[in-house]
Amino acid sequence: MEHLKTQEGHAIERRGFIKKILQGCAALLFPGFLLAKTKKGRTKPWVLENGYNPAEHDWGMGININKCIGCGRCADACKRENNVPRAPFFFRTWVERYRIFENGKSLIDSPNGAINGFKFPADEKNIIRSFFVPKLCNHCDNPPCVQVCPVGATFKTADGVVLVDSNYCIGCRYCIQACPYGARFLDPRTRTAEKCTFCYHRIVKGKLPACVEVCPTQARVFGELKKKASPLVRFMRMNKIRVLKPSLNTEPKVYYANLDMEVR
Amino acid sequence: MKQWPLSNLWKKLPEQVRRLSILGIILVAFFLMIRSLLIPSDFGKFGHYRASAVEEIASLPMQYAGQMACVECHEETVTLKGKGYHKNVACEICHGPAAAHTRDPGSVKLTAPRGRGYCPICHEYLPSRPTGFPQIVSNSHNPMKPCISCHNPHDPKPPQTPKECSACHGEIAKTKSLSHHVYIPCTRCHNVPKGHKISPRKFLPTKPSTREFCGGCHAKGAAGEKGIPQVDLATHGKRYVCWQCHYPHLPEAH
Ligand code: HEC
Ligand code: HEC
Ligand code: HEC
Ligand code: HEC
Ligand code: HEC
Ligand code: HEC
Ligand code: HEC
Ligand code: HEC
Repeated sequence: MEHLKTQEGHAIERRGFIKKILQGCAALLFPGFLLAKTKKGRTKPWVLENGYNPAEHDWGMGININKCIGCGRCADACKRENNVPRAPFFFRTWVERYRIFENGKSLIDSPNGAINGFKFPADEKNIIRSFFVPKLCNHCDNPPCVQVCPVGATFKTADGVVLVDSNYCIGCRYCIQACPYGARFLDPRTRTAEKCTFCYHRIVKGKLPACVEVCPTQARVFGELKKKASPLVRFMRMNKIRVLKPSLNTEPKVYYANLDMEVR
Repeated sequence: MKQWPLSNLWKKLPEQVRRLSILGIILVAFFLMIRSLLIPSDFGKFGHYRASAVEEIASLPMQYAGQMACVECHEETVTLKGKGYHKNVACEICHGPAAAHTRDPGSVKLTAPRGRGYCPICHEYLPSRPTGFPQIVSNSHNPMKPCISCHNPHDPKPPQTPKECSACHGEIAKTKSLSHHVYIPCTRCHNVPKGHKISPRKFLPTKPSTREFCGGCHAKGAAGEKGIPQVDLATHGKRYVCWQCHYPHLPEAH
C-alpha cells in the first residue's frame, strides 16, 4: 500500500509538470497562431495592378514539328522583345535542326540559335529524316530549377509560369545546372540567371508571346491548358503529344506534336 | 510555494551549460535580425518568392505590337496581306518590332527588307523543311533581281502560272532526275487537274493507289520497253503497296 501511494504522489507531480510544459509551449506558439491567422486573411485573390488574376489562368505552349520551317524568326523576336544579349550564347528560345542518318547516327545543330536561319547542309547524303525542333523553357509543373534555388529567386506563379526575380538572384548558377533542358543562362550584364518567361509582360496584357506572334506557319500555339475552348486544348486533342524527357517527371508544359523519338 | 518550472530548471543547469545557452540565444537573435534585414518584407506573401517580383516582370515594356495594331493606320496593306499567301506572316517579322512606331509613327520609322538576302531565310530550299512549303534555290531562281521586283511582299503570288511541276515541287523533281524513273513524266503517275498550278491546294492531283499500277510496267510479263526489271506481283512484297518499300521518285532495289 505504502508503495502504491508514493507512486500516486509521483503521478500527480508528473501530471502537473506536463501541464506546465504544455502551457509553456502554448504560450510560445501563441504569436505563431496569431501570425498564421493574419496570413490566412491575406490570401484573398491576388490581382496584379492591371487587373490580371494569376489564379484564373494556366498557361502552356504547343509546338507542331511538322509545321516548323526553321526560319528562326521566333528566336530573333524573343531577343528583341526581351532585350536578351545578341551574342550567340544566350537564348531564351532557339531552333535545333535534327538530321538522322542511315547508320543510325544523328546530327543536331543550331547555328546562332537559328537567328540567321539555316544554311544548306554540306553533308546531305544518306539522311533518312530531318526536321526542326524549337526549344525553350518548359515551364515544368515540377521544376527542378525552383527546387535548387537557395534564396527563392526563381519560382512558379499561380498561372504555372516559372519566373526569375533578377533583383533577388545571387547568380549562383545552381538552377542553370539543374535545368535538364539547358533553358537557362547567366546574363553577362547583370550576372543573374535568365530564361523564357512565356513573355509574362505580354500575356498578362492579353497578348501572345513574341515567338508565337511572329511564327509564320503557326507551328507554335499558346494558350490556356484548363479551358475547354482554347487553341492549345484543341491542339492537344487533335495531335499525338509528347514532351521532352518525360522520364524525369518534371511535367513540362511545352507540348510537342509529331516529335520524332530521336529528340531528347 | 509557487515556483516557475523554468527558473527552477535554469538554476539546476550546470554553470557552463548556462553560459553556452546565453551565447546560443544571442546567436539566434543575431541570425533573426540579419534574416529580417536581408529578406524583403513581401517575401513569402504568396509563395516562396518576393511578391513584387511578379509585378516588376509583368510591367516590363513590350516591343512587338501585334498584327491588330497596324489595322488602324495601314488598313489597305493589312487587307491585302490577309488575302494572300502571307496572311500568317506577321508584319513585324519583316518590319521589326513596331510598338514604338504605333505610339509615334512620325519619329519612329520602320525599315523594310528590300534586298534579295532576306526572303530566303524562310524560302531557301532546305531538306529539313516540311514538304509542301514553297521553296526556291536562290542561286538559280531569277538571280540578281530583288525578290520584290516580281513578288509583292504583301501579296506574294507567282507572277505567272508556272509551266513545270518543278517550279513548286523542286525537291521531288530534283530527286526524280537522279533516279531510275528519270524518264517517266510526272503525269504518267499523277493526274493533274487544270487548277492545280493556280490554286494547288484546292485542286489536288491524284496519286497511284494500287500495286497493279506499278505492275503495269514491273509485273512479270508486262508489256513495255525492254530492260525494265520485273517482279512477281503475287509474291513480291505482298500485303504492302509498293511505295511502302520503294520511294516512287527514287526507287531503289539494294
Ligand atoms: C498611329 C498610326 C500608325 C500605326 C498604328 C502604325 N503605323 Fe506604320 N506608319 C504610320 C505613318 C504615319 C507612316 C508614314 C511615316 C512617314 O513616312 O513619315 C508609317 C509608315 C510605316 C512604314 C513605312 C516605312 C518605309 O520605309 O516606308 C512601315 C513599314 C510601317 N509603317 C509599318 C507598320 C506596322 C508593321 C505597324 C503595326 C505594328 C504600323 N506601321 C502601325 C502610321 C502608323
Ligand atoms: C514578307 C515581309 C513583309 C511583311 C510580312 C510585311 N511587309 Fe510591309 N513591306 C515589305 C517590303 C519588302 C516593303 C518594301 C516594298 C517596296 O519598297 O516596294 C514593305 C513596305 C511596306 C510599307 C511602305 C509602303 C508600301 O506599301 O510600299 C508599309 C506601310 C508596310 N510595308 C506595312 C506593312 C504592314 C502593315 C504589314 C502587315 C499587315 C506588312 N507591311 C507586312 C515586307 C513585308
Ligand atoms: C517568316 C517567313 C517568311 C518570310 C520572311 C517570307 N515568306 Fe513568303 N511565305 C511564307 C509562308 C508561311 C508562305 C505561305 C506558304 C503556304 O501557303 O504554305 C509564303 C508564301 C510565299 C509565296 C507563295 C508561294 C506559292 O505557293 O506560290 C511567295 C511567292 C513568297 N512567299 C515570296 C516571299 C518573298 C518575295 C519574301 C520576301 C519579301 C518572302 N516570301 C518572305 C513565309 C515567309
Ligand atoms: C504553283 C505551284 C505548284 C505547281 C506548279 C504544281 N504543284 Fe503540285 N502541289 C502544290 C502544292 C502547294 C501542293 C500541296 C502540298 C501539301 O499540301 O503538302 C501540291 C501537291 C501535289 C501533289 C500531292 C497531292 C496529295 O494528295 O498529297 C501531287 C501529286 C502534285 N502536287 C503533283 C504535281 C504535278 C505532277 C505537277 C506538274 C504537272 C504539279 N504538282 C505542279 C503546288 C504546285
Ligand atoms: C524575275 C522575277 C522573279 C524574281 C526576281 C524572283 N522570283 Fe520568285 N517566282 C517567280 C516566278 C515566275 C515564279 C513561279 C514559278 C516559276 O516559274 O519558277 C516564282 C515562284 C516563287 C516561289 C514559289 C515556289 C513554290 O515552290 O511554290 C517562291 C517561294 C519565290 N518565287 C520566292 C522568291 C524569292 C525569295 C525571291 C528572291 C530571292 C524571288 N522569288 C525572286 C519570279 C521571280
Ligand atoms: C513512278 C510513278 C511516279 C512518278 C513518275 C512521279 N510520282 Fe509523285 N508519287 C508517286 C506515288 C506512288 C506517290 C505516293 C507516295 C506515298 O503515298 O507515299 C507520289 C506522291 C507524290 C507527292 C506527294 C508528296 C510525297 O512526296 O509523298 C507529290 C507532291 C508528287 N508525288 C509529285 C510528283 C512530281 C512533281 C513528279 C514529277 C517530277 C512525280 N511526283 C512523279 C508516284 C510517282
Ligand atoms: C512507265 C513504266 C513504269 C512505271 C509505271 C513504274 N516504273 Fe519503276 N521502273 C521503270 C523503269 C523504266 C525503270 C528503270 C529500269 C532501268 O534501270 O533501266 C524502273 C525501275 C524501278 C525500280 C528498280 C530500281 C533499281 O534500283 O534497279 C524499282 C524498285 C521501281 N522501278 C519501282 C517502281 C514502283 C514502286 C512503281 C509504282 C509507283 C513503279 N516503279 C512504276 C518503269 C516504270
Ligand atoms: C516489303 C517491301 C517491298 C515491297 C512492298 C515491294 N518491294 Fe520491290 N523490292 C524490295 C526489295 C528488298 C528489293 C530488292 C531485293 C529483291 O530483288 O527482292 C526489291 C526489288 C524490286 C525491283 C527490282 C528487281 C530487280 O530485279 O532488280 C523492282 C522492279 C521492284 N522491287 C518493284 C516492286 C513493285 C512494282 C512493287 C509493288 C507491286 C514492290 N516492288 C513492292 C522490297 C519491296
